[in-house]
Amino acid sequence: MGKLIIKEKEIAVPGELLAEGMDHLPGAGTYREGEMIVAGRLGLTYVDGRTIKLIPLSGVYIPKIRDIIICKVIDVSFSGWRLDTNGPYSAMLGMKDATSEYIARGADLTQYYDLEDYVVCGITNVTSQKLVDVTMKGPGLRKLTGGRVIEVDSNKVPRIIGKQGSMVTMVKQETDCSITVGQNGLVWILGKPANELLAIRTIRKIEKESHLSGLTDNIKKFLENEKSKLGGLK
Amino acid sequence: MNENLRSHIIELFKSDLRIDGRKLTQYRPITVETGVIKMAEGSARVKIGETEVIVGVKVELGKPYPDMPDAGTIMVGAELLPLSSPNFELGPPSIEAIELARVVDRGIRESKTLDFKKLCIKKGEQVWILLIDICTINDAGNLPDASSLAALAALRDMRFPKVNGDTVNYQEKTNKKLDLKNSPIAVTVVKIGDKLIVDPSTEEKEALDARLTVASLEDGTLCAMQKGGDTALTAEDISKMVDLGLEKGKELRKLL
Repeated sequence: MGKLIIKEKEIAVPGELLAEGMDHLPGAGTYREGEMIVAGRLGLTYVDGRTIKLIPLSGVYIPKIRDIIICKVIDVSFSGWRLDTNGPYSAMLGMKDATSEYIARGADLTQYYDLEDYVVCGITNVTSQKLVDVTMKGPGLRKLTGGRVIEVDSNKVPRIIGKQGSMVTMVKQETDCSITVGQNGLVWILGKPANELLAIRTIRKIEKESHLSGLTDNIKKFLENEKSKLGGLK
Repeated sequence: MNENLRSHIIELFKSDLRIDGRKLTQYRPITVETGVIKMAEGSARVKIGETEVIVGVKVELGKPYPDMPDAGTIMVGAELLPLSSPNFELGPPSIEAIELARVVDRGIRESKTLDFKKLCIKKGEQVWILLIDICTINDAGNLPDASSLAALAALRDMRFPKVNGDTVNYQEKTNKKLDLKNSPIAVTVVKIGDKLIVDPSTEEKEALDARLTVASLEDGTLCAMQKGGDTALTAEDISKMVDLGLEKGKELRKLL
């Protein structure tokens, strides 16, 4: 008979024994070793029926199919562009997926995306060897011009976006900034100088307090306070 | 360099703001701690915002240079630790590391704050050699200012060890301190577009057109300068940068 060793929503460290026996199944962030299920990373445990999952608390971005991410162009090759995904694996953007325009043979690819440019792209495929393919065809996928890109912990991205995008929508409205959050932890922000700084401070606060309850209300209060200090938005 | 970021930085300057929300001539918060390394004769840790530098001073007995038989000397070395920035790598000192060490060295040496003759024990035979080592713990921009401030703080903190004949007993320190006449402070002024700023962050360092490190004394005497960056500076630029360097130098000196 299998035995569950941890409770739900407990912090587990890599190598920690989570369950014994064959009654449970290893989910994301865990693995089976003999008859044991062991934590593979630092996270909160979550028992879903027979499956044991870990919600990661730290770690780098691991690409996942259908993620929308913000990438930097690090290489322009003959057949496309190589992108930095802000994680251990780089992504390939092929010519076919880059633009709906016709690209002539031997054209200068830097006129589409040059080195150091940032793009919003979607992951179309991740192989078992972690070769990542991305596309620029889809709603909201584009090259980013103007504004700035900041880096946040990719594990906190769900909290920054909020349920159905509620949190990021609130920050956008309250600070009058354009914001795009990539699943890989890069956030693009464009707005008037003071507003942009307020948006960044807010995002940093969300990142820092993401584990506390009543986050949305706290952030709302924070934004109202800060705005009254600034004397309203300019 | 990402042109986007550079134009964004210049755009922000128009409203007298920087990318991290500071004013153009505002430093990040600075802290200075001394006596952080037990085994060194003098040490200091300086933080400017997220930039962190540790400087240690060791002394050893040695032979003087033949052309200066009655003077001791200093040697400054800088190590840019790979953990402190993604741009630093292991291996022989990079150009950046050599420049950093030389800027700090020149600030101390040319200010004449240390009387090298007082480091002489026996003319032509035995002198004190001061080894000043800079270790970067985190590079978030502006290493020269942090390093030279830390080097000065470490020199002030230094106590000579006990000497028995020809050997130095590093376990015991005496109360004898270095005789420092003044305090040379280095301030790096950066030109981006047509604006001058101090204390550049990593992004600003990448976007800079030109930089000038100005080392000065209390009375406004200039003791060393170092220019970097790809674009030229006009005489007017330089005099503005020097003025700003002197003004900010006074602020930094109060922290010691």
